[in-house]
Amino acid sequence: MKESSTNSIDPRAADGLPPGQAERRRFLTWLSVGLGGVCAALVGIPVVGFVLAPLLRKPAGQWRTVGKAADFAIGKTVNVVFEDPSPLPWAGVTARAAAWVRRESDERFIAFSVHCTHLGCPVRWMHDANLFLCPCHGGVYYQDGTVAAGPPPRPLFRYDVRVMNGEVQVKADAIPITTAL
Amino acid sequence: MKRFFQNTWGWLDDRLGLSDMLGPSLKHLVPRDAKWWYVFGSATLVAFIVQVITGVALAFSYVPSSSQAYDTLKFITDEAPLGHFLRGLHYYGASAMVLMVGAHMAQTFLFGAYKYPREMNWSTGVLLLAFTLVMGFTGQLLRWDQTAAWSVVVAAEQAGRIPYIGGWLASFILGGTTIGGATLSRFFAIHVFLIPAFIFGFVFLHLWLVLRHGISDPPKPGKPVDPKTYKKEYHEELHRTGVPFWPDGAWRDMVFGTALIIGIVVLAIVFGPPPIENPPDPSILQADPRPDWYLLWYFAVLALIPPQIEGYVMILAPALIGVILFLAPILGSKGERHWSRRPWSIAVVLLSVLMIGSLWIAGAKSPWSPNFEAEPLPASVVGATSGPVARGAQVFHDRACINCHLIESLGGRRGPDLTFVSDRLTESDIIIRILNGGNNMPAFGNTLKPQEMEDLVTFLQTRRKGARPAKLAQ
Repeated sequence: MKESSTNSIDPRAADGLPPGQAERRRFLTWLSVGLGGVCAALVGIPVVGFVLAPLLRKPAGQWRTVGKAADFAIGKTVNVVFEDPSPLPWAGVTARAAAWVRRESDERFIAFSVHCTHLGCPVRWMHDANLFLCPCHGGVYYQDGTVAAGPPPRPLFRYDVRVMNGEVQVKADAIPITTAL
Repeated sequence: MKRFFQNTWGWLDDRLGLSDMLGPSLKHLVPRDAKWWYVFGSATLVAFIVQVITGVALAFSYVPSSSQAYDTLKFITDEAPLGHFLRGLHYYGASAMVLMVGAHMAQTFLFGAYKYPREMNWSTGVLLLAFTLVMGFTGQLLRWDQTAAWSVVVAAEQAGRIPYIGGWLASFILGGTTIGGATLSRFFAIHVFLIPAFIFGFVFLHLWLVLRHGISDPPKPGKPVDPKTYKKEYHEELHRTGVPFWPDGAWRDMVFGTALIIGIVVLAIVFGPPPIENPPDPSILQADPRPDWYLLWYFAVLALIPPQIEGYVMILAPALIGVILFLAPILGSKGERHWSRRPWSIAVVLLSVLMIGSLWIAGAKSPWSPNFEAEPLPASVVGATSGPVARGAQVFHDRACINCHLIESLGGRRGPDLTFVSDRLTESDIIIRILNGGNNMPAFGNTLKPQEMEDLVTFLQTRRKGARPAKLAQ
């Protein structure tokens, strides 16, 4: 037996909706929710893209002159300062970067990253001890960058280095990140 | 005059509906016995409000640019009227917020207040704890001095250890591939807009849940939580003996919150804000980055965990702790609430406090770090001013042995104390150890010349109780 509209539990009947009104409400609900999703996507996708853009931008390394080759003594490790590969106009002093450059022979130079491979702290060269020491967690490296003691999981990273027209150039690149688990 | 204010308030209240909106919340019944143990949550909110107000004020002068933030902070600290004090308020407000959120969690845990039906009260609180710690870390970075810049690198390196997405996360943190113009802006947006928005949202949700489920009654031994009967019993008891939150319950929150603010003000006046160190120049390598006190214990963890499992501990341990905390109420949502019937809960809180406290002390001392400031040993310690012993002491300094080893409390603590090294090592033991290294010590076989080696060993052989210099023996 068909229920009367007064005691039915059917909300459409209880509301006294004319035929088709429930479908209309369902459609309007989905329309509103859908439009909300479209609005969120229209604004959200560009925002997410803008915020995540640095993940996709991989600037190429840039050669930076760090001094005359004649100024680097064989067997010595010295600190050199240069501009990072992609400085923004408002970067100020944060656009600076550093490396430890060691002259092995007349022709051979090595440029070590200053970042400890443990957690990135700046290693210091102890010239009389021929060691790099890290101030944070006690990482120690030999003069060739290999791990001597402490928690670093791998040797110091190296930058490309070359001599052009009597000048030593280091290829300024990304801060090396130890990604191996 | 009184009538005028009454009429004005009546008009405003009628048009705005403030009493209708806030009245039920303020007058809701709370357990009569919920007293001083219950003030830590509101105290956390008080500290957060202090942070919002002082943070907005600081933003009036702070320029979130990588090239200018350092100078603006120096200006705020050294020149702006009340700037020094305001920075102090912001710093100690942050410290108070971390402390209060910890106390609130411990009290909630010990009282079993996370059990049915307040599971989500706890879980939203865990998220608020996480947001608070993120605010603490990003706030330190906004100081944008040398420690801040290197801390960003450390954060990026930590993120880099996450499998598969580590490199991307590191780039996200740095705002590119290096520290630079984009780095500070990101942390400013996160610290000032993003996380506070989350905190506001979750504080609102947290408070709504407090109103919805009511303040938990103090636990009684032998009265376990039974989801079938708890709500009925709770509301019956509340209507029988409860008191309105305003003012019967709220006055304690006001007293404790006022004391907290007075404490923050006094600390800001007496100790001032943390110093602004060297500029954030990544080419200045004389840096010794340390996190602020509330994350110093984690700094110690990173130094003390065995390197073989470091990658897992660094990433998985915080994630696991977060998941366990978040899901804790689901793991035990009913049963006894009183701590005397849950002795393990006391053990968990005590162990957590002891563990974090011990690691905090270790982090503050950082014995694993070389002492870069170590001076040459004085003659009174060396026991000679010429000859092989004096030359050996000079080698001990020049070859950086002193950066890691103590002699008569002078030097570093990274390696063993060598004050009495000859009492435990023979001459050949010492030579082998220096030449080959080992036990977390570099090998010096390729560094020391034969004469230096001889002098160094001679010096170290004088480091024994029976052969101490006459002056020292006195």
